[in-house]
Amino acid sequence: MKARVHVMLKNGVLDPQGEAVRHALGAMGFDGVNGVRQGKVIELDLADGTTEATVKEMCERLLSNMVIESYTVEMS
Amino acid sequence: MHAAVVVFPGSNCDRDLAVAFEAAGAKVSMVWHKDTKLPDGLDIVGVPGGFSFGDYLRCGAIAANSPICNEVKAHADRGGYAIGICNGFQVLAETGVLPGALLRNAGLKYICKTVGLNVVTSQCAYTEGYSVGDVIDIPIAHHDGNYFADDETIARLQGEDRVAFTYTDNPNGAKGDIAGILSANKRVLGMMPHPERAADAGHGGTDGQALFRALSGVLTPA
Repeated sequence: MKARVHVMLKNGVLDPQGEAVRHALGAMGFDGVNGVRQGKVIELDLADGTTEATVKEMCERLLSNMVIESYTVEMS
Repeated sequence: MHAAVVVFPGSNCDRDLAVAFEAAGAKVSMVWHKDTKLPDGLDIVGVPGGFSFGDYLRCGAIAANSPICNEVKAHADRGGYAIGICNGFQVLAETGVLPGALLRNAGLKYICKTVGLNVVTSQCAYTEGYSVGDVIDIPIAHHDGNYFADDETIARLQGEDRVAFTYTDNPNGAKGDIAGILSANKRVLGMMPHPERAADAGHGGTDGQALFRALSGVLTPA
């Protein structure tokens, strides 16, 4: 089984990388990009039976830093 | 004074930190990240700068979950002294020993230069050798030194006299110009600038020397 974890900076935390991407898109002529937030996707290949609760624990203890980031988990 | 310096794969200021401790009169033990025990009778743990585990995932995140860091955390929890410099600050923030986190520099660039720091408190073992209001010149060398914590935490740090140093000219976007903070008991210091790189005349500056010298007089083992 697999899990896909999305980690994003929380709202209110400045994302200078996203801002740089937004500026670059504007400079390339893509108008109307009002904001860019850059995060990461982590794919986990898991032993059968691994629970979503366990994946959430992984997120809170290592995969995301809850001071600055939030996460979502998709199990499949 | 007996100091331990933790070494991770990718640490690169470990020996500089050891030399700075030794110059202040300390006996230094180097401790590998896979070690599960800190030396007995330790006065202080130093978590050095560098790029532990290649800064993979987040700066300091993997190091913070290494076997020795459980011991460093336990040492801090029982009132032991610890100093984290640069990547070491990132590691201590990731362990939760210090509040907040270090984000990518606001200007997105790695910055390597000497900056001015305001000494904000002299009420801790690390800054007893300075006076409040002193401006000291200390090098920075980081890509992720932009200190972040929520407003409530920043206010608490400021209200409890736990901001040790601020930048005279904020280079990285750090909230409140914060360059270094203390734990609630003021025995753990995390700072982005490198005092160990300004601890010998050969470094071109010696403003960091007073930090290490002050430690040798005041520490009590935990």
